[in-house]
Amino acid sequence: MAESLILIEHDRQQVKRPSLHAIALARQLGGEYALLLLGHGLEGIAASLVSYGASAVVVADDPALAEPLADRYAKVVAEAVRKGGAKTILGTSSTFSKDVLPRAAALLDAPMVTDVVAIEEMDGSISYRRPINAGSMFATVKVEGDRRILTVRATAFEPPAANAVPCPIKRFDFDAASLPNGIQFISREERRSDRPDLTEARVVVSGGRPLKDKETFERLVGGLADALGGAIGATRAAVDAGMAPNDYQIGQTGKIVAPELYIALGISGAIQHLAGIKDSRVIVAINKDPDAPIFQMATYALVGDLYEIVPQLIESIRRA
Amino acid sequence: MKILVSFKSVPDPNDVTIAGAAVSTPKSVINPFDEIAIEEALRIRERGEATEIVGVTIGAPAVDEQIRAALAMGVDCAIRIDDSRALDPYAVARILSAVVQKEAPHVVIMGKQAVDDDSNQVGQMLAGLLGWPQATFVSKIEFLDNKTRARCTRETDAGLEVVEVNLPAIITTDLRLNEPRYVSLPGLIKARRKPIEALTCDQLGVTVRPLTTVLSIARPPKRAAGTRVESVEELITKLKQEAKVL
Repeated sequence: MAESLILIEHDRQQVKRPSLHAIALARQLGGEYALLLLGHGLEGIAASLVSYGASAVVVADDPALAEPLADRYAKVVAEAVRKGGAKTILGTSSTFSKDVLPRAAALLDAPMVTDVVAIEEMDGSISYRRPINAGSMFATVKVEGDRRILTVRATAFEPPAANAVPCPIKRFDFDAASLPNGIQFISREERRSDRPDLTEARVVVSGGRPLKDKETFERLVGGLADALGGAIGATRAAVDAGMAPNDYQIGQTGKIVAPELYIALGISGAIQHLAGIKDSRVIVAINKDPDAPIFQMATYALVGDLYEIVPQLIESIRRA
Repeated sequence: MKILVSFKSVPDPNDVTIAGAAVSTPKSVINPFDEIAIEEALRIRERGEATEIVGVTIGAPAVDEQIRAALAMGVDCAIRIDDSRALDPYAVARILSAVVQKEAPHVVIMGKQAVDDDSNQVGQMLAGLLGWPQATFVSKIEFLDNKTRARCTRETDAGLEVVEVNLPAIITTDLRLNEPRYVSLPGLIKARRKPIEALTCDQLGVTVRPLTTVLSIARPPKRAAGTRVESVEELITKLKQEAKVL
């Protein structure tokens, strides 16, 4: 019996790599862990998961699970937990896990801790550290009961190596006809980009309100990101102004990133935004306001006009 | 159609200090995401699709100040569950499920998360407890088919997604759903006459005990401010030679 069960996320083609980071926490907690995959047509994705040291890859594959609808997914997750007997259910903090896992927690009558960044062990009992108040503080939380659901911040845990002896893939049988039918999938905005995924990129270039419009944003933020082979991010203000799509938003309510290099263009540094970037290794801030709060946490600060500096920067990088 | 909006009184996010295993603030406010939920309920009523908006919150009598603010925005009446313990999201969801059973709304709208705790759990847990459909992180709501269904646009990590939920359902709000109105003076005056019903968990017939406890709260180490550079050349040199990221 696996002690932990990890809900793995995918985009129908492949595993979303940040969802593998929860494996690191399962290893720290000790005991066997199994990986749980829900969807339809999962053979290839399941096969890509066998070498992460799990006791099994448990696969719930059915046309009824083709779209990640929370009512169905939560029910299948809860059934898999009951059947497998896992005490800890893990996922990576993402809109997918945040949609499905709290609902599964309610079905399992179990408490949940969101955004775990570390565990602490004291007198044989484990507590969990998590950011609160937009990351301005950390709370250490104790959980009672025999079962718990955790989501982890991908940026706080290393990705696992895929070098273990292949584990079995086990089909999880459930009664698809008994699944709820209250949520219907209608459509998804399909936007393909050649740029790397924001949460996995080594370099992230982000823009704020001073970028003015969509075209300028793309030219300066996009241009610099492409010169560096990086991903694009944005502040809430830039998204609200229609310069960038919602899934580019970084911060308390958007994505959390921790790249090697984060470049902030025209971002003053609201705490909600800083919450999403502060684990980046190197932060470069370019802003014309010398008192912008972001300069207090930037590794390198350059005061000046974006419209002059960014084209020069793109040019210098391209030449190098 | 009857709408239940649940909201949480939170420390003013701009003015929070640590006091033991809790935070302290000179001023509490309605959780900004819940304010968006209240605003949406008001707009649904203004376009003639709802007849009644009931607010609910949990806390000591001090939260009546945030309840008055919700009533002043336009909520019709409110229920305060009188419980001043440090509840966890699951306990809150269980209390709210008892309130939903008592009030029988067609839809429950609430913020996707509270800005103090950032857990993002209550709406989904409530939907699970009730066996109702859910639409989370919603930035657009339309009612369809004689208000038997709602079409919701959700903000997900991969972009926008549209789902339809059968009513009754739970909807949790994201930032871009709307911009909440300011409270008006006539609104404030009206709010004084609107009823607030205080109920205990006993009266609701629900017993909850939080299963998660905050042991301590601390500030993370501050990231030190770095170096000012004067030119693009200097920046590139530093990134190459000092930080070694280029």
